[in-house]
Amino acid sequence: MNPASITRLDLVLAAPEIFLLSAICVILLVDLFVDDARRVVTFVLSLVALAGAAWVTARTGVDTRTVAWHGTYVADPLSGLLKVVAYGAVAVVFLYSYGYLYVRRLLKGEFFVLGLFALLGIMVLISANSLVTLYLGVELLSLSMYALVAFNRDSAVCAEAAIKYFVLGSIASGALLYGMSMIYGVTGTLQLGPVSEAVARLGTNQIGLLFGLAFIIVGVAFKFGGVPFHMWVPDVYHGAPTPVTLMLSSAPKLASFALAFRLLAEGLAGLHDGWQDMLAVIAVLSMAVGNIVAIAQPNLKRMLAYSTISHVGFILMGILAGTSRGYEAALYYTITYVIMAVGGFGMILLLSRAGFEADRLEDFKGLNARSPWFAAVMLMLMFSMAGVPPFVGFWAKLAVIQAALDVGLLWLAIAAVAFSVIGAYYYLRIVKLMYFDEPAQRDALEASRSFRLVLSANGLAVLLLGMYPGLLLAVCARVIP
Amino acid sequence: MQADWPILSVLLWLPVAAGVLLLLLGDRNAAPARWIALAASTATFVVSVILWRDFDATTAAMQFVEREPWIGAFNAWYHLGVDGISMPLIVLTAFITPLVVIAGWTVIEKRPAQYLASFLILEGLMIGVFAALDAMLFYVLWEAMLIPMFVIIGVWGGPRRVYATIKFFLYTFLGSVLMLVALVYLYLQGGSYAIADMYALPLSLREQVLIFTAFLVAFAVKVPMWPVHTWLPDAHVEAPTGGSVILAAIMLKMGGYGFLRFSLPIAPDASRELDWLIIALSLIAVVYIGLVALVQQDMKKLIAYSSIAHMGFVTLGAFAAFQIFRNTGSLQGAAMGLDGAMVQMVSHGLISGALFFCIGVLYDRMHSRQIADYGGVVNTMPVFGAFAVLFAMANSGLPGTSGFVGEFLVILASFRASFWYAFLAALTLILGAAYTLWLVKRVIFGPVGNAHVAALEDLNGREFIVLGVLAVAVLALGLWPAPLLDVMRPTIEQLVQQLMLTKL
Repeated sequence: MNPASITRLDLVLAAPEIFLLSAICVILLVDLFVDDARRVVTFVLSLVALAGAAWVTARTGVDTRTVAWHGTYVADPLSGLLKVVAYGAVAVVFLYSYGYLYVRRLLKGEFFVLGLFALLGIMVLISANSLVTLYLGVELLSLSMYALVAFNRDSAVCAEAAIKYFVLGSIASGALLYGMSMIYGVTGTLQLGPVSEAVARLGTNQIGLLFGLAFIIVGVAFKFGGVPFHMWVPDVYHGAPTPVTLMLSSAPKLASFALAFRLLAEGLAGLHDGWQDMLAVIAVLSMAVGNIVAIAQPNLKRMLAYSTISHVGFILMGILAGTSRGYEAALYYTITYVIMAVGGFGMILLLSRAGFEADRLEDFKGLNARSPWFAAVMLMLMFSMAGVPPFVGFWAKLAVIQAALDVGLLWLAIAAVAFSVIGAYYYLRIVKLMYFDEPAQRDALEASRSFRLVLSANGLAVLLLGMYPGLLLAVCARVIP
Repeated sequence: MQADWPILSVLLWLPVAAGVLLLLLGDRNAAPARWIALAASTATFVVSVILWRDFDATTAAMQFVEREPWIGAFNAWYHLGVDGISMPLIVLTAFITPLVVIAGWTVIEKRPAQYLASFLILEGLMIGVFAALDAMLFYVLWEAMLIPMFVIIGVWGGPRRVYATIKFFLYTFLGSVLMLVALVYLYLQGGSYAIADMYALPLSLREQVLIFTAFLVAFAVKVPMWPVHTWLPDAHVEAPTGGSVILAAIMLKMGGYGFLRFSLPIAPDASRELDWLIIALSLIAVVYIGLVALVQQDMKKLIAYSSIAHMGFVTLGAFAAFQIFRNTGSLQGAAMGLDGAMVQMVSHGLISGALFFCIGVLYDRMHSRQIADYGGVVNTMPVFGAFAVLFAMANSGLPGTSGFVGEFLVILASFRASFWYAFLAALTLILGAAYTLWLVKRVIFGPVGNAHVAALEDLNGREFIVLGVLAVAVLALGLWPAPLLDVMRPTIEQLVQQLMLTKL
């Protein structure tokens, strides 16, 4: 691409990415000159960068779909929404992580810089309009996350998790890239718009396209963590330091949604019949394996990892409907899931302190006696994840079930509700531990005021968004074309 | 006369707000918490009496209607209203809750504020379930109700409370998610979650049968009907007294209410086709569960089984309507079964609640629910003995008590459907009398069983108030059921007409 051919519109539309990249470079430089005692500077600068990015995104947002950078970049209302949610999620992750990292002497600038690079990857993915841009985003996100998982250098468990994540992730990236190359080979273009036209022209029986599609589905399912490509999820969630698990379970899910939406809904919509069946199998298996295996987990991080897998099944159920209603439902589910997951891992961070991880189920015993309010927050999060009204998780499940029934997938809807009943059991078990059992230790919680405030707001959001779900639903309906 | 203030919203949100206030106050302030709970629940009852007073018993239309937009994307509305079916149940709910608050006054020492808050929030949600005219609002409240009950049984229950409460939750959750699928299907067909729109929606027989089955699972678990009743004895036995009372008096009624509000009018043709199934299950509940009750060693379990048997009358009365109409062609005859079902629900609410209170009184003193641990209680607790015998008589359907009216109406109606229905249903007069009176004989009468019984103290003022108020209600409804029947009549007549029309 010739630099002279870059227009002003290109720069304006990509301003959030450009701003964040510049901010990351500044933070990287500043971080060189602060020592561990004053690492709070990096932390504050990162939050400022996120706020700035949000401001830039809001200022340069578009009302209609606009393609830039010679068709490789797209800005639409969906990308604006996803980016803003991602900034919020990453900001909350940083806030929750600060105290944890501080007491463990892990408070390094790399955590924030890598986190922001991952965010940049997410943003590139969200706005990708060609196969290459998509792949670029996936790789930037993945590489940052591999490094983050290995962030605690002295921990063998972290290193193992990181290697596992890296090896399996590379295979998945390879599969994705291979699938993309097949699509490119058949359609002769990398841009999603022309790909979509070519698919419509070639018809659904083109064997090369279906071949490529299968590999793309493998890549997408891996990034989501859908069964049978889920093996990395429990080990990585369990092995990574809790702040990194928190990060993994939040913003990257938005990226996975964007990946699926851009590739399947925009690029390969013509092959809907093909990918609907593939995703249906993955969705049902995810809900089944996630919910059933979670029951046997004594470790809360592992349990939440399997719970993530089951939620992925629901998100895929929305996507596979292939209608606007389905995409809206999947988007709504993804956003509410991020809110719930951030709260859930936030609770683990709240209970942890120096030398104590609070990631076993027993660590939640008798929380109601120690802190009735945070027990109530966890209760709301758990019932929300189980899909019990009036919490927001219920509406997310309802939306995807509606989408599935709308396209006549009655069996899928019934399977979904059946597995959500099975899933309710292990969420109930947490409530049981907090309320029905006596605490093993009674010491007060050590967490900063800002942490408590944000976590409380997080819990209340689950309740309030559930009592008045219309707001977020309307936003999701507006951004999906 | 229609009130110019949102009376149903007040009934729903006043207890919930009071419950949240108690949670914020925390358990350290137990004494003010009790008074706040009593004041809030009494105020709710007073409002429900105003609702009853202002209720227009000449129309079947929904009254006190409130309708505000809620979820635009799903076309769901915050839509409340009452008719002759829901109004008595709301009054019943508001009547029972203050009694539960009083009964737990000093007995509950562990986290008293959270205990009372759970009951108040539960009360608001239950009233909301009866008042909701939007299926989505109904479902949200229906499910939300499980959360406080889950906590009540799990925190303040007996030794096996964790098993019982998780079983309770999962059972009822499984039942209701299928109802959710059915509701979503109806929404996608009709474009609206308004229950009235669902009544008007034409559906093929196959659709109706599927929808009916989904509703059946949800409501049958709640009623509970044989064979999905097994959660109830566990939940009842382990729940604290207040929890058992609310379960028996109100929560079981939700199943019966669901049949009347959803199954019958939304899927009338499927109901007609499958009425034999419901009638068979109801008769099994009446006869077989009656026999099961006979052999129980645990007082609470006995009353729990007795509840299942009595709720069999509700479903029998509701679904006998089709055969009555087929045999006699008279709408009045069909309405009689439904009348009986409704009276039976209210009456069973009072009687089973009272019986659980009685067992609670004994349990608080002796910490045992085993029948064998008692004997001759009347010698040391004469006033209690009188109340217990009264409620036991009411439970076995003695004329003059409310238990008689409902059972009599249902048996009378089922005679018009088939002699054998009536014959089997009437067996309850023998079985019910047998297990209840035998219970009374073993616990209340006879020589003083042991030293613990000899040391029992009679009712205190608090317990006397609770049982006294319930006794008055049971007798009043038994001697003069006309006010209740009058209130329901137009709604039930309309419901019967609706049932006899086909939706195909």
